[in-house]
Amino acid sequence: MKRERKKILAIASGGGHWVQLLRLRPAFDGCDVVYATVREGYRGDVGGAEFRVIPDSNRWNKLALLRCALGVMWLVLRERPDVVISTGAAPGFFGVRFGKWFGARVIWVDSVANAEELSMSGRKAGGFVDLWVTQWQHLAGADGPKFFGSVI
Amino acid sequence: MIFITVGTDLPFDRLVKVVDAWAGETGRTDVFAQIGEGGWRPEHIAWSEFLQPPEFREKFQAARVVISHAGMGTILTALNHGKPILVMPKRASLREHRNEHQLATAHHMMRIAGVNVAFDEGELRARLDDLDSLVSGSRIGAHASDSLIRGLRGFIHGETRPS
Repeated sequence: MKRERKKILAIASGGGHWVQLLRLRPAFDGCDVVYATVREGYRGDVGGAEFRVIPDSNRWNKLALLRCALGVMWLVLRERPDVVISTGAAPGFFGVRFGKWFGARVIWVDSVANAEELSMSGRKAGGFVDLWVTQWQHLAGADGPKFFGSVI
Repeated sequence: MIFITVGTDLPFDRLVKVVDAWAGETGRTDVFAQIGEGGWRPEHIAWSEFLQPPEFREKFQAARVVISHAGMGTILTALNHGKPILVMPKRASLREHRNEHQLATAHHMMRIAGVNVAFDEGELRARLDDLDSLVSGSRIGAHASDSLIRGLRGFIHGETRPS
């Protein structure tokens, strides 16, 4: 069954990744959006929009990383988004990875903080995402990510 | 009020120590620092390891000037609020971050009006003495550039599935 409105899962870890994801909001106009991040305290940032909290992780703590991956997998299975978009980092990577496996079209927007090379997650995501984006023109290329502009 | 923030990941003692010593010498009492978990504890300024997002917003709004690590979230928030910001990059070589991206961020962002950079403790200490003269650049809006929004929207609403 085809939904009338597209459903987007917009997912990122906290701090700068989350700030950048919020700056993309007008791109989601006309869609149903579920926001997911790692702290309940960010709920106030999305007004009345759907908001989910996922376990935090970084790539140094293997157990936290596994918990985060399972949490994000469950989220993707439950929400069944048409599109998954992330600005990073590990939780966002899991979002686009599982999103792709479960049939969504997925977008990676590498953080504007990565001005000299793509992030590690961004490089890995480049292998399978449907739209791969950098915010720096000099990092874009025919075999690399696309450049449209930046969050600033 | 001067608001210090070092991000949610690792502490940034080099920055906090310089500001704390400066506040002690000059008798400044209007300084608040978010220092990160397990960070060195300041003696002369108010501090907290972590701030919940609503508290963070409150401190940010109350600040006249922000001093922070060179994290894009803090820089974007400062530009959006029209607050002058002084940043010092965290260094992976000193185990303050996972890689050296904050150096690159600092180099790129210092071209924007209102973003000031100190690359080390000496530069930071020198900038503190003229902190009150720092002014903000023009505020940025709440959203990304139109071209980025258009590019993403085009993909989201496009039916074709790129290979």
